[in-house]
Amino acid sequence: MYESMIELLIKGTIETILMTFVSGFLGFALGLPAGVFLFITRKGQIKENRILNNLLSILINIFRAIPFIILIVWMIPFTRLIVGTSIGVSAALVPLSIGAAPFIARMVENSLLEIPYGLIEASLEMGATPFQIVRKVLLPEALPSLVNSITITLITLVGYSTMGGAVGAGGLGQIGYVGYDLVVMNIVLVLLVALVFIIQFTGDFVSKKVDHR
Amino acid sequence: MIELKHITKIFQEEGRATTALSDVSLKVSEGKIVGVIGESGAGKSTLIRCVNLLECPTSGEVYVDGDNLMLLSSSELTKARRNIGMIFQHFNLLASRTVSENIAFPLELDKTPKTNIKARVEELLKLVGLENKANEYPSNLSGGQKQRVAIARALARNPKVLLCDEATSALDPATTHSILALLKDINKQMSITILLITHEMEVVKSICDEVAVLNNGELIEQGTISAIFSHPKSELTQQLIASSIRMQIPLDYVERLSPQPGPGKNLLITLEISGQSMANAALSEVARLFQTNSNIVCAQIDYIGGVKFGIMLIELIGEVDKELQAVAFFKDKNIKVEVLGYV
Repeated sequence: MYESMIELLIKGTIETILMTFVSGFLGFALGLPAGVFLFITRKGQIKENRILNNLLSILINIFRAIPFIILIVWMIPFTRLIVGTSIGVSAALVPLSIGAAPFIARMVENSLLEIPYGLIEASLEMGATPFQIVRKVLLPEALPSLVNSITITLITLVGYSTMGGAVGAGGLGQIGYVGYDLVVMNIVLVLLVALVFIIQFTGDFVSKKVDHR
Repeated sequence: MIELKHITKIFQEEGRATTALSDVSLKVSEGKIVGVIGESGAGKSTLIRCVNLLECPTSGEVYVDGDNLMLLSSSELTKARRNIGMIFQHFNLLASRTVSENIAFPLELDKTPKTNIKARVEELLKLVGLENKANEYPSNLSGGQKQRVAIARALARNPKVLLCDEATSALDPATTHSILALLKDINKQMSITILLITHEMEVVKSICDEVAVLNNGELIEQGTISAIFSHPKSELTQQLIASSIRMQIPLDYVERLSPQPGPGKNLLITLEISGQSMANAALSEVARLFQTNSNIVCAQIDYIGGVKFGIMLIELIGEVDKELQAVAFFKDKNIKVEVLGYV
């Protein structure tokens, strides 16, 4: 009994970590370019474009308005199309990534807004192309703030992934409320708290390391 | 080297049009240092940004090194800009890069080979005297050091033109002095043409060959330093010159000052020496004609572009009516004189 429980908890922890980090990675793969695009198409920025900026902004707002628990269910046909199933860890990754991406895009945009405009102006003056500005100025300058965004996103994803548990995504979330075992539930909570603390601590450490401001 | 022809810049903001520059023409010859001076809001920043088209003029023509920049395509403009270095009031260094990496930045943009970059960066570090700060981050540098890094970065590609946007306005006087000396040095050594904007006459006075005065978007005066300083036409220019020559009346004189003559009291006046006036000779004449001696309390005199400028605080020591006659004599000689009272 105990052994199988421990095994279950280990499996759940691994699944949660997997869902958090993989969907975090995929979310960033979508959200980072979207955030950069949002920033550079803003009024007065290097690739100002009102129409594209508004379109992307509206799309992001719509996705951010959908509660995650509804998003999971709503996306089931799309999830099936991509991974062939609607249950399990890989199925959970789809709504988790799609749910995180707009959130990440906004945070990236905010991080970039902190960069003094003078730096962009100076780069333009030195003849930098828009691509060079993004790669050599915007992203490196915003790095400490981007690392903080990653931390926040991952912690949010820990919570989201447990919600996925309710629809059979696996992970600690599912173990936590299957069977109403008080001991198991508390162990799950302790594990989740530990995970969040580790992510926050690591994030703070890395952010400080890369911050030369 | 730089020629602006009839530049007008109008900003459209929420339906309101603001004219930042109106019909400004300015020529900067090769190897010269030209300063544009004006109060804040006069359009200086807009003007200097028109030279590399960071601001695109509403109308007019911009020539740099023979090219009409307004006619270039955006990729040609990017290339033309590489011939123009610029430094800024707030330095605009990348916080995520070390000193050497900041200086290497423009070279990286050109995809210069790494070994060439390394050699050039070392050369530049030496030029601006920061060899021992190569691996520091800008946040660990003082303002003056940051501006030196910015200068090195601006010079990395051997530009023909250097634009300075209030480059010393965020620095203390001693640092300002050393940065200006560096700019002058660079101008001499590499015969780089420098256009600078500033609100301080001190800056113009110490390094510029020519000066242009900008007021409300219009160039109201321009010429060589000595011409402008000796014959300032507009009131603003006069004010700017006066502001660069400041004098404070010593506190104990201020306390003793009274409007009425009294026993043992002498007349306290200020004399302005501007360009052509012969204040020195006038002082000795006054001594002879009115038996009135002059005690120079304090003075601030400068020698700019071959002419003397300044202000003197003088105690006239003689009889009460003779002292007043002396003042009238100064006025006759077209020397600006102000009576402060008796001390």
